[in-house]
Amino acid sequence: MKNIWAVFKKETKCYFTSPVAYVVIFVFLILTGFFFHSLISWFNTQSMQMAQNPYYMQQININQMVYSPLFHNISIILLLVIPLLTMRLLAEEKKIKTDELLYTSPISVLQIILGKYLAALFVLFVMLALTGVYSLFTFAYGNPELPAILCGYLGLFLMGAAFMGVGLFFSSLTENQIVAAVLTFGSLLLFWILNWAAFSAGAFWKDTLNYLSFFQHFDDLTRGILDTSDLVYYLSFAFFGLFLTHSVLQSRRWR
Amino acid sequence: MIEVKHLTKKYGDLVAVNDLNFKVEKGHIWGLLGPNAAGKTTTMRILTGYLSATDGQATVADFDVFEQPNDVKKVIGYLPESVPLYPEMTVTEYLGFVADIKQIPKAKKREAIEKTIVTSGLQSVRGRLIKNISRGYRQRVGIAQALIHDPRILILDEPTTGLDPAQIIEIRELIKSLKGERTIILSTHILAEVTQTCDGAVIINDGFLMASGSLEELTASFAVKKAGVHIRLRSASAEASALFKNMAGVKDVRPQDGGFTIEWSPGADLRDDVTRLVVEKDMGLLEMRPLGMNIEDLYLKIISGGMPQ
Repeated sequence: MKNIWAVFKKETKCYFTSPVAYVVIFVFLILTGFFFHSLISWFNTQSMQMAQNPYYMQQININQMVYSPLFHNISIILLLVIPLLTMRLLAEEKKIKTDELLYTSPISVLQIILGKYLAALFVLFVMLALTGVYSLFTFAYGNPELPAILCGYLGLFLMGAAFMGVGLFFSSLTENQIVAAVLTFGSLLLFWILNWAAFSAGAFWKDTLNYLSFFQHFDDLTRGILDTSDLVYYLSFAFFGLFLTHSVLQSRRWR
Repeated sequence: MIEVKHLTKKYGDLVAVNDLNFKVEKGHIWGLLGPNAAGKTTTMRILTGYLSATDGQATVADFDVFEQPNDVKKVIGYLPESVPLYPEMTVTEYLGFVADIKQIPKAKKREAIEKTIVTSGLQSVRGRLIKNISRGYRQRVGIAQALIHDPRILILDEPTTGLDPAQIIEIRELIKSLKGERTIILSTHILAEVTQTCDGAVIINDGFLMASGSLEELTASFAVKKAGVHIRLRSASAEASALFKNMAGVKDVRPQDGGFTIEWSPGADLRDDVTRLVVEKDMGLLEMRPLGMNIEDLYLKIISGGMPQ
């Protein structure tokens, strides 16, 4: 535990002493802020139009009309920025040869991986927590449902955690950060759009592809539906990424 | 303290280390000597647990490197060939991180860092970012990193490469001062490094063990057994040659390199007599050195492939 903490501390410091975390968080907030603003403006005009008609007035739901699309937008931005957050983690150690220090210290590969992974998760947490500012406005001027919002955030966090598992794995394969980022981005995008192939596939493949796709599992969560199968999906995805990373690093000694 | 038996490492078809055997006793500094690509770094990486071996055994401080890697890592301080530094950290931050992963208890951490900073002479750069300090200091930070958990064994891979002559001397003095209780192995392709800092050497070439032993053993076992001196005079005349020839006990005198090689029977030592003669006849002594192969000749001969084990 102490070893994991040591690596975590070092990685977190590394994110926040270099400009990386700040730039990524800054860009992320600008984009999500823009999406939030657009959605709220649209919601406002919609509400005003619908206010003419008492029947439609009932249909207005800020969770459905603002938060659900906002979470979808954020998830796409995560798809873009997470490869940039994870590409450095193991690739750079190899590049500047500090991996030799880590692997000759009395600390296990698993501890190294977990320390780094948790540091990345911490940055993700900070990023998402900062978008909580938007909700101050919606709660001040409206009445959204808090549990549904939290459920959406949980979805974003778990999805980000799964992305980071993949990112860490690709970072372990190469010493070139760009290669790691491109491979991460490519495979994440592929998993994202996997369900497109499901439209024309047979029954078995349709279910399989739908199950494997990031999108399918996320949709429920943004609407406030907490389904264990979705949680299991993201957690197992993250676990699989970490497991592969562990295998890669363990096999290094034998090459 | 450190023992290697039949150690072999293959990278695919390339054999980096081939059936290596050597032993280093406690409290000694030994040099792992060989030209570039001889297998020095590979051997050290295996000893530190960074790489596995294809075959063979290695024990460090009574722990088996392959069976108890974690115990070995705790007693070893290792300076890799390229110093593993994080350029964005300050020297103190970096040592703090190393102290953490070397599992120094929190209560002793500060003391360990302070002590290491003093031993390695880093007081003046302690607060600076590693990317901004000079190469000599980076090497010192590397050594500090290896020392911080007060290891019984130090493994230093080319600790003086790329430094200027003054820095090389400083680092050598630092290494010598670390000797005491510690067992140290350092690798180098420079012979002078071994003769000046080490008690013994393992000479390898192309992954093969060429020779190993203490410096005296190495010189003794390979030196050509010839008694005599090589002498260089201001005026090397035939008359001088004749005078030497007439000395009692001298077997042979022949001109060589602008001087004379004077040989006598093994067991005798005529150095005093030769000197006396030179002074009496006012020949002007420029140089006098004993015959026989020194370790430098030996090393050159070994790495040019001239001498098997």
